[in-house]
Amino acid sequence: MGNTAHPPPKSLTIRAEAPPRMLTFVIRRLLFAIPTLLLISLVIFLIVDLAPGSPMSQIPLTIPPDVRVKMLDAMGANDPLFVRYFLWLKQFFIIEPAYMIDSWFGTDLAQGAPRILSWKSRSPVFDVIGQRLPQTMTVIGTAYLLAIVIAVPIGVYSAYRQYSWFDQVGTFVALVGYSVPTFFTGLLVIVIFSINLQWFPSVYDTTLDVTDWASFWKQVRQMVMPVAVLALFNAAEISRFTRASMLENLGQDYVRTARAKGMSERVVVLKHVLRNSLIPVVTVIALGIPTIFGGAIITETVFSINGIGAYVIDSIKSSDLPALQTLTFIFAVLIVVFNLIADVLYGILDPRIRYD
Amino acid sequence: MPDGAQPVLDVRGLKTVFRTRGGDIHAVNTVSFHLRPGELLGVVGESGSGKSVTMMSLLGLLPSPPADVRGGQVWLGGQDILTIGVDALREVRGAKVGFVFQDPMTSLNPVFTIGHQIAEPLIRHMGMTKAQASVRAAELLELVGIPDAKKRLRAYPHQFSGGMRQRVMIAIALSCDPDVLIADEPTTALDVTIQAQIIELIKDLRQKLGMAIIWITHDLGVIAGIADRVMVMYGGQVVEQAPVRELFANPQHPYTRALLKTIPKLGGARAARLQVIEGQPPIIMAEPEACQFRARCVHAHARCEAENPQRRAIDGAAVGQGHDVACHWTAGAGDA
Amino acid sequence: MLDARATPTPLVQVRDLKMHFPIYSGIFRRHTGDVKAVDGVSFDIMPGETLGLVGESGCGKSTVGRTLLRLYDPTAGSVTIDGTDIATLSPEALRLKRPTMQMVFQDPQASLNPRMTLAEIIGEPLREHTTGDAATQLERVYELMNAVGLNRRFARRFPHEFSGGQRQRIGIARALALNPKFIVCDEPIAALDVSIQAQVVNLLEDLQDNLGLTYLFISHDLSMVRHIADRVAVMYLGLIVELSPRDALYANPLHPYAKALLSAVPEADPAREATRRRIILKGDVPSPANPPKGCTFCTRCPQVFDRCRTERPALIEAEPGRKVACHLFTTPTAGSTGSVEVTEPNQQGVSK
Repeated sequence: MGNTAHPPPKSLTIRAEAPPRMLTFVIRRLLFAIPTLLLISLVIFLIVDLAPGSPMSQIPLTIPPDVRVKMLDAMGANDPLFVRYFLWLKQFFIIEPAYMIDSWFGTDLAQGAPRILSWKSRSPVFDVIGQRLPQTMTVIGTAYLLAIVIAVPIGVYSAYRQYSWFDQVGTFVALVGYSVPTFFTGLLVIVIFSINLQWFPSVYDTTLDVTDWASFWKQVRQMVMPVAVLALFNAAEISRFTRASMLENLGQDYVRTARAKGMSERVVVLKHVLRNSLIPVVTVIALGIPTIFGGAIITETVFSINGIGAYVIDSIKSSDLPALQTLTFIFAVLIVVFNLIADVLYGILDPRIRYD
Repeated sequence: MPDGAQPVLDVRGLKTVFRTRGGDIHAVNTVSFHLRPGELLGVVGESGSGKSVTMMSLLGLLPSPPADVRGGQVWLGGQDILTIGVDALREVRGAKVGFVFQDPMTSLNPVFTIGHQIAEPLIRHMGMTKAQASVRAAELLELVGIPDAKKRLRAYPHQFSGGMRQRVMIAIALSCDPDVLIADEPTTALDVTIQAQIIELIKDLRQKLGMAIIWITHDLGVIAGIADRVMVMYGGQVVEQAPVRELFANPQHPYTRALLKTIPKLGGARAARLQVIEGQPPIIMAEPEACQFRARCVHAHARCEAENPQRRAIDGAAVGQGHDVACHWTAGAGDA
Repeated sequence: MLDARATPTPLVQVRDLKMHFPIYSGIFRRHTGDVKAVDGVSFDIMPGETLGLVGESGCGKSTVGRTLLRLYDPTAGSVTIDGTDIATLSPEALRLKRPTMQMVFQDPQASLNPRMTLAEIIGEPLREHTTGDAATQLERVYELMNAVGLNRRFARRFPHEFSGGQRQRIGIARALALNPKFIVCDEPIAALDVSIQAQVVNLLEDLQDNLGLTYLFISHDLSMVRHIADRVAVMYLGLIVELSPRDALYANPLHPYAKALLSAVPEADPAREATRRRIILKGDVPSPANPPKGCTFCTRCPQVFDRCRTERPALIEAEPGRKVACHLFTTPTAGSTGSVEVTEPNQQGVSK
């Protein structure tokens, strides 16, 4: 007896910290991404190619068949499938990045190599994307940011006051927001706010340049409806997720510990619980970012916004295979990249996660 | 222990009810006890006996709803802390009363460093700056037997073993030099050799710091080695209370007697067959008007059905002071 | 005692059983190490005997139980149960062998399907392994429920309607359904209240007497193991460090870890507690992925000396019927097997 205060031996070492393992993890995932993306690119190429429709379908019928064949030859549309696939791969991964670097730094890496050209407009697909991306980013990006800013506090409060009237209303609105498709809410707000009330323009003017207060106000007015519709949809999902995550953490033992230490409710909820609850929420938000580019197809169509989504629809309609293949593949790349980002974020936010 | 000294904690007639869809569950029924300065009070009972709920009720640590503390007084430092309101209660928690919980694996916040979690109550209750709190946190870690404390402050809970985490919990609980430490099954989740370490640590800290301790457990062995006085709970009530040696040498309540017989011994003669307490612990759906143990009791008679026994002293001292029991049957007087 | 009889054949023979769980790491997920959960254990269990297997969490005692029943495929070693080597059986042969060996789990809540009635849970092994019609099977279910003290009126109820002790009875009835010879009880009472534990232990003992069962009783509760086991194996970090008859172990543990473990168990006796000399081990159990070289207990042993840090002691017979893996009981040089110098340690290993 009398053997007091027993220090554990030095052998009980603190485990290795996360960063080196994290690096291994990222490298591993990137290496895995290469075959994954190659496979996806092949599948996309084949599916798009096998789809019925011809790039000539939009050309007047008065043009004789032999001219049509020549036109197809000129586009390279009659080359064998795999020739086109490998050319496209080379263009996507080597030539287009080279042009991009050239345009940024004034170098001449590309040396005039042929770019991915749209069959419809004969202009480089990446140039078109470059022109349309700002429109998409402005509207959809704003909507997504707004959704996050609204949804997280709602989710937190709903969980903290579970089954309160606030929570009940929140649950109902989220259910509606999530289950009613955006083309319906989109048309509904157009009918109410543009046609009946005439508060906002029903058609989005892509050519609008923001130069002064008046044009800025005009831009804000035309953004209100699409942003609101998309934000509602995204906020519904994020707030539900935040609420569920908060509820799970509110029941944890460490919350009781924080209260037993005499911490105020603000510290208990907004520091101890929220910090833990946000870990899965942040990853869900990161995973949702690719949908900013893809998921807005319908919204852009409904509000006639000339963005990436509308470009996808245009390419489908005109059987513009290079554009469609490139756009679809960009979505695939974004999804793979943001999955990786989500996993890395998880590792950064949660000290327990060690990638090994 | 100083007898007759003003108790640091005096609980009178505490009642706690859980409101559920199936009706109210009367988890704690008119529980009274006190804690003298520097004393270690052991609270023994099975799951559902109300031992943890009682202690959580004292400082409003039960989620409400469903919990509802319906009555009683809890005197601590000259005030009834059931009436002072939540904000004032927060000044008591962690400052005058420290808590250690059962599962050290889940009781610490996984995303904050050990140092941060020890420093929090120091900053909140002692008015320390971050730097002061950090220095004190390292001292506290040393105190609970964690070497290399300064470095360990930056570690996260998952980097510690269960025994080490429980040491950290003890450091947090003792950070503001509390009058009372409530330890709710602090060694139940630990291995037996680690349990021995923690018990030695608490014994040592008691001598150094002199706080009074309430130690909740289901393990009579742990209580035998550490407590000054023991309170046995069953069905949300105190059924017996006595100094530790008196309780083990001269148990009065049939439940205490059966409990002592049912656990196998490590040394001495080995029983051919274990004594059994038949039946299940009760779930109390109404305010009790009969003895809660009667269904499992070998001494039950008509009066046990008709009247909930009140605590009565058996050694001349007042109830709560010496040895008291809540039972209609008297040991030795009947069919023992 | 069983060992007094003329050497009966053991029902269970375990030889050098190893269960390693591989660790993969790095960019290419190379096999970079193993968690050596069980790292070479050997023991016999006689028919009708109860072998207690004790140790702290992470020592590998549950893994031994599971590997014995081929719930894991062992890395190495043999497990002979009733004459058949379980470790190498084909899946179909193993299925046919399953009725002889059963398991009772720790958590009666998690090991019972919540959507099945009692009759379905207990009758499931009958449907899988016997050919009788529904009525015969139901009769057998009633018989089993009776044997474990469950009223047959409960047959149509679901597990959540029962308390922990009753659920453990259901688990035991299911294990008994096919008349097993050998049952692994993996912490069967750890999740139960004190007043319920005795009920379940008495039931297990009654069933053993009536049906001639053989048990491997895995538990961290040393008092309960003393009550139920005939012999006891003490595990530490994947190895058996002492294997002794129950009374000998509890009266005089030989291995320093067994000593420390027994001395750490609190006893419900304030007078004894006040005078007991307790060996407090320092620190925590090392990781089984990286066990110490030499004796696995050398990092915490109060009686450690140089040889312990370099050479792993084998489990050898130190006294008649008692096996210990400790250099205190081996000859200083690697002598011929069998000649063992028993050094009775005179110091109790109490620090200070």
